[in-house]
Amino acid sequence: MGHRRLEVDGVSKRYGETVALDAMTFDVHAGEIFGFVGSNGAGKTTTMRIALGVLAADAGEVRWDGAPVTHRTRNRIGYMPEERGLYPRMRAGEQLEYLARLHGLSRSEASRATRQWTERLGVASRIGDEVQKLSLGNQQRVQLAAALVHDPEILVLDEPFSGLDPVAVDVMSQVLRDKADAGVPVIFSSHQLELVERLCDRVGIVRSGAMVACGAVGELRSGGAERILVDAPQAPPGWAAGLPGVTVVGDATGPTLLELAPGADDQAVLRAALATGPVREFARRLPSLTDLFRHVVSNEHTEHTEHVEDTGGTAA
Amino acid sequence: MNRTAREAVGLIAQRELTMRLRSRAFRITLVLMVLMVVGMNIALHLAHNSGPSIIRIGLLRQDTALSAPLQAADRNVAAVTVPDLASGQSDVRKGTLAAFVRSGPDGLAVTVAKTLDPTLGGALTTVARERALAAQIIRLGGDPVLVARAAGAATVHVTSLQPPAPARDQQRLIFGIVVRLLLYLTFMICGPLIAQGVVEEKSSRVVELLLATVRPWQLMVGKVLGTGALGLLQIVVVGGAGLISARLARTLTLPLSGSLGTLAWSLAWFLAGFALFSLLFAAAGSLVSRQEDLSGVQFPVLAPIIIAWVLGISTLPGHPDSGLVAALSMVPFFAPVLMPMRIALGTAPVWQAFTALGLTLLLAFLMVRLASRIYRNSVLRSGARVTWREALRAA
Repeated sequence: MGHRRLEVDGVSKRYGETVALDAMTFDVHAGEIFGFVGSNGAGKTTTMRIALGVLAADAGEVRWDGAPVTHRTRNRIGYMPEERGLYPRMRAGEQLEYLARLHGLSRSEASRATRQWTERLGVASRIGDEVQKLSLGNQQRVQLAAALVHDPEILVLDEPFSGLDPVAVDVMSQVLRDKADAGVPVIFSSHQLELVERLCDRVGIVRSGAMVACGAVGELRSGGAERILVDAPQAPPGWAAGLPGVTVVGDATGPTLLELAPGADDQAVLRAALATGPVREFARRLPSLTDLFRHVVSNEHTEHTEHVEDTGGTAA
Repeated sequence: MNRTAREAVGLIAQRELTMRLRSRAFRITLVLMVLMVVGMNIALHLAHNSGPSIIRIGLLRQDTALSAPLQAADRNVAAVTVPDLASGQSDVRKGTLAAFVRSGPDGLAVTVAKTLDPTLGGALTTVARERALAAQIIRLGGDPVLVARAAGAATVHVTSLQPPAPARDQQRLIFGIVVRLLLYLTFMICGPLIAQGVVEEKSSRVVELLLATVRPWQLMVGKVLGTGALGLLQIVVVGGAGLISARLARTLTLPLSGSLGTLAWSLAWFLAGFALFSLLFAAAGSLVSRQEDLSGVQFPVLAPIIIAWVLGISTLPGHPDSGLVAALSMVPFFAPVLMPMRIALGTAPVWQAFTALGLTLLLAFLMVRLASRIYRNSVLRSGARVTWREALRAA
């Protein structure tokens, strides 16, 4: 079971002149939580919609366990669309049973699964209420139950954490972890990068419809340029500016953050720091996911600038 | 359709039907329609059988002989005996008597509250004349009874040179109109219900969740079938209530086999018309994302139904052989409303009825593809209204 993967392979989609996806490629292994991040309009939702067959791709293929995803496979995917929606005038419990049965469950299985998930997500007492009468938080829980009620083999969740209160975020995180541990590949998109960093085994950063960085969180963070934080209280401003292979990232207040080019000598940095006086801290710092994300977004910005003004030169 | 597709369509149709049956609006409409047909039968029953209400008149004891000829002249007249002139007049004043009648020297004297009811006036005039005539016959030595019998035996023989047109009696006409009204209302209720249902899924955005597991055509066909079942249920309940109350009230005395024929044709036309229009309503609904925008897009679908109905109901009772209606009743978009009207009136040849039905079903069949295409292309596009042209063009 652990070797099965959901593969998105070279999927492209354009709307007229607008390129929504440009050969989007990544895969998610069974038992793994994959975080899908990118700015608004980068192509996350389009990718998920194509994986679910809600949209047709212009090119490329989505495969599960080596075989192209078909209508039959899709019945075994749990999906939470970005555009949340349930029948407003239908009772929550009936709605979940209905969705479960549309996914092929029998009547008794559907009602058992509805009970199980509404209990797990803390909305069991609400199953007799019309969805429109539920609070927003409870509607979100029912929406998640709708993605889980047919015991899916794959989970695709578009912004599952948006609009959730902290308790619900914890419940949701635990559910995703349990599902992954049970051998389900879980893919979700989010703008809450700390959450993604904490929860995901691997992360993909999308920009302009293509995957620009993809890998384990630790791998991505260490893959960036090496950074060193130096706390030398008596060092004058600009003390590290002249060191070979060193770029000052930030020294506005207190400790100085330096970025080392490959092959730069960190010991030379330490000596330079000691020369200014006492050194209280000298530590390697991995960039956070937020830093990586900003880097990707700012690259995009720079490319635009270059393209428009043709200035080249200094990259931030 | 494979097994899972059939199951999906069945589940969708079932949900549609149960949710609609549960809605207050539907129940109220159904009750109102049942009350309407039953009420109409009761009204017709009263109008036919009791006719105008009983006219009570007062007679003095010495005038009781007037009672029989008065009733012969107008069977709604009921005579009661009053003790004297004063009480007769006071009963008229109180309104318990419509009139107080006495025989006078030159015929009859009548006391009424304000004016004499013209029917009663006619009956009294007849009786007064008969009495004067009888008195003259007796004076001439004749027998008034013999004279009356001879007068009664005289008849007028009619010879028509052209065969009469087939009888289109009132009952048949009314029955046809009621059945058509029921079907028309069902179209007008169920069509927009389908469109509303589609928009509800779009505006609540549940459609994306549904389309992640069923195909667009399954969703559309399921909704159409569910609402169609609802319409059929409505027809059976309202039609059944109408038929039973008509039998009980004796307003429908046509042979039942004749009514069943009309009903069977009506059912066939309901199904054909529903197949044609329902898919168009679903397609129309998929173009918009808000209920407020619905009336604009569904108007082109409603228009032929309304035009056919207004044309049929205004033309056919007076001119059952209207050439315009006959021609339009062969055109698929108008046929589901007009042809069953002509069938109910007995003016449509069998070949025309079957040809129109065939054409309508053929167009409905072609419409499945067209409507599926429109639906598939627009159901996920939320926001601004999608035009018919865009929906047809987009791949």
